[in-house]
Amino acid sequence: MLKLTERHREYWRRNLNLTLTLLIIWFVVTFVMAFFARPLAEVTIFGWPLSFYMAAQGSLIIYIVIIWVYANRMGKLDEEYGVHEGDD
Amino acid sequence: MSTQVSSNKAFFNQLKKYYTWYTGGFLVFLIALAILEQLGLPRVWIGYVFLFATIALYAGIGIMSRTADVAEYYVAGRRVPALFNGMATGADWMSAASFIGMAGGLYLQGFDGLAFIMGWTGGYCLVAFLLAPYLRKFGQFTIPDFLGARYGGNIARFIGILAAILCSFTYVVAQIYGVGIITSRFTGVEFGIGVFLGLAGILVCSFLGGMRAVTWTQVAQYIILIVAYLIPVVWLSIKHTNFPVPQLVYGTVLEKVTAREKQLTADPKEQEVRKIFADRAADMRKQVAELPKSWEEGRAAAAKKIDDLKAANAPVAEIGAAHKALEAYPKSVDDARKAWTAGATAAAGRSGPPMPHATPFPSLNPDPTKNAAERENKRLNFIALVVCLMVGTAALPHILMRYYTTPSVKQARVSVTWSLFFIFLLYFTAPALAVLVKFDIYTMVVGSKFADLPAWVAAWNKIDPRLLTITDINKDGIVQLAEIVIGQDIVVLATPEIAGLPYVISGLVAAGGLAAALSTADGLLLTIANALSHDLYYKMINPNASTQKRVTISKILLLVVALGAATVASKAPADILFLVSAAFSLAAASFFVPLVAGVFWKRATKWGAITAMLGGVGVTWYYMSVTQPWLRGVFGVTAPIADYMWLGISPISAGIFGLPVAAVLMIVVSLLTPAPDQQTQELVEHVRYPNLGGDTVETTAR
Repeated sequence: MLKLTERHREYWRRNLNLTLTLLIIWFVVTFVMAFFARPLAEVTIFGWPLSFYMAAQGSLIIYIVIIWVYANRMGKLDEEYGVHEGDD
Repeated sequence: MSTQVSSNKAFFNQLKKYYTWYTGGFLVFLIALAILEQLGLPRVWIGYVFLFATIALYAGIGIMSRTADVAEYYVAGRRVPALFNGMATGADWMSAASFIGMAGGLYLQGFDGLAFIMGWTGGYCLVAFLLAPYLRKFGQFTIPDFLGARYGGNIARFIGILAAILCSFTYVVAQIYGVGIITSRFTGVEFGIGVFLGLAGILVCSFLGGMRAVTWTQVAQYIILIVAYLIPVVWLSIKHTNFPVPQLVYGTVLEKVTAREKQLTADPKEQEVRKIFADRAADMRKQVAELPKSWEEGRAAAAKKIDDLKAANAPVAEIGAAHKALEAYPKSVDDARKAWTAGATAAAGRSGPPMPHATPFPSLNPDPTKNAAERENKRLNFIALVVCLMVGTAALPHILMRYYTTPSVKQARVSVTWSLFFIFLLYFTAPALAVLVKFDIYTMVVGSKFADLPAWVAAWNKIDPRLLTITDINKDGIVQLAEIVIGQDIVVLATPEIAGLPYVISGLVAAGGLAAALSTADGLLLTIANALSHDLYYKMINPNASTQKRVTISKILLLVVALGAATVASKAPADILFLVSAAFSLAAASFFVPLVAGVFWKRATKWGAITAMLGGVGVTWYYMSVTQPWLRGVFGVTAPIADYMWLGISPISAGIFGLPVAAVLMIVVSLLTPAPDQQTQELVEHVRYPNLGGDTVETTAR
């Protein structure tokens, strides 16, 4: 019979917080940007209208960064709470 | 454990060494072919060499990776390092459509096409945060496996099998179709033969070694496809910007394109051509309105013309042409209605000024109310499409399956980062390529004399007029933009020639497209065959089957499914491209909710999942079948499309309706049915923690 300790629950809560934070970033970058694409197109950076740059490149870079942050933070969290795997 | 660590490390270093040598060898091969071309090797031979050398290479890897071990066959022994799993996922992910069609789609659609770029990358955030690590901890072989274990029993598993096949089969048919097109274009063999050549290429990879062979070939295929995609773009960028990293500098080119669009919109010669098309469209509409009288008159006139020519003793060629015209004349009033309506739409489509490339959700409608409505509709469709593509990405079984193959949960997380990075390399290049090619065509082709058109224009027109046709509509001897008809595939296919590269690079691009199509087809075929052999046969029909029997059955099924897909592909079904994008909506509506709820919501029950999958797919399928022209034909829906449209959403994004239905059903039905038993709840805890002390649940299949 499995017994979860308070530490375990805390680990899961912190995981959920991290996940939620990163999903909010993902949502803003994707959908808020797309919704306001027309006004954002008025701003130009290095020739690109801002919304074009974001949809073609900027959002992609942010996606990679947040996925990397997730992998990195979760790796540390695993160790901190002693739920990490033997090794790889 | 420490021996495990050092052996994994050694394995990783060995792989790195192999693939570095492989990449070097491939570059040497390219240079050798380039030299041979200079020495006079004919083009068709270059096509053959690329085709056979690459397929032989994949076959070699496939044969070296042959296996009869279950875990090796289904999940490559779970020892694929994160970096290599990332490359394999990249190749698995990027299909013929991504490689050949995407840049062209962006060329034609401008900003609005970027929904595909965002959707097909942002979905990996959902994979990373919500699915990959948990599926890896669960550690079995297929996605229906998870549904079966989490939602107690065979009903959920069986629906999972059906949904997996529904999403994957049309997708694999499209890949094999793509292989047929590429081989027939570059080697001149017939399309049907091309399909079966491609099939051979796919089978040699997956048949003997299952996931293990597919993984190592996919890594090899990724390297070829990315090299093939980047070389011509870099060259084209040097031509137009004097800088070899187009992704950093095409903003300035985009500015020039926008300026040129304004010029072309106001240009009197352009307006003249557009006016001709507008008149043609009006004429045809009038003819349609006057049916059936106009049809009878037209046929009589065509017959009379033959008699007149004969009476006047006209040259045989002219009489022959008149006969042909009569033969091509619509056979009935209904045919005429169809043909002329289509003609009117096509002509009307060419009668407008160019759509601005950089503007989000553009509308050229002069009526301000309609203009605003059109823009609003485009924005809504953009967002809906992004949702469907993202959620669909995070629900396609052939992608999720790849995260079963890493050595650990930690590596699975890292591996998603690598996957997206390798996909990103191509996806952030495609918009740059589209802008560069557009600039080239708008400035170098438009405004030039018909007599001075570059050779590639005629060459591609000869291969397939749908790819590129330029006709002198207003007979002024100068190319106007409105006189160019461009198909989306041409953008990638012709880039080497536009950039002035030798033919060997065109061969390389073909090899890259082939690699993209083959790698995706491999992953999909394996998904279907595994759903049938592992989930249906082993888990549901004969749980006592020996491991050897299971692998054998799986191989036989793989062969059967592959032959079936190739047969369908060789018949070249009309709307195959629609069906591919439909796969995303269907996957989004079927798998996403039960998979995510399965991990994050302990209260999610069996019946919640079953109704969510059925309801999600049902609504999505219904919406597609009443709004998509081809499916409407299949199901005999005749009332106007507008009657069925909800919020003006196009059928490709039908998942936007199925997804919330699935979510609501999941929640409501789960709360109405008793909570899952203790064992299931422990399973959920088990997948949530990479390593749980005192955990008695063991799910890893070996």
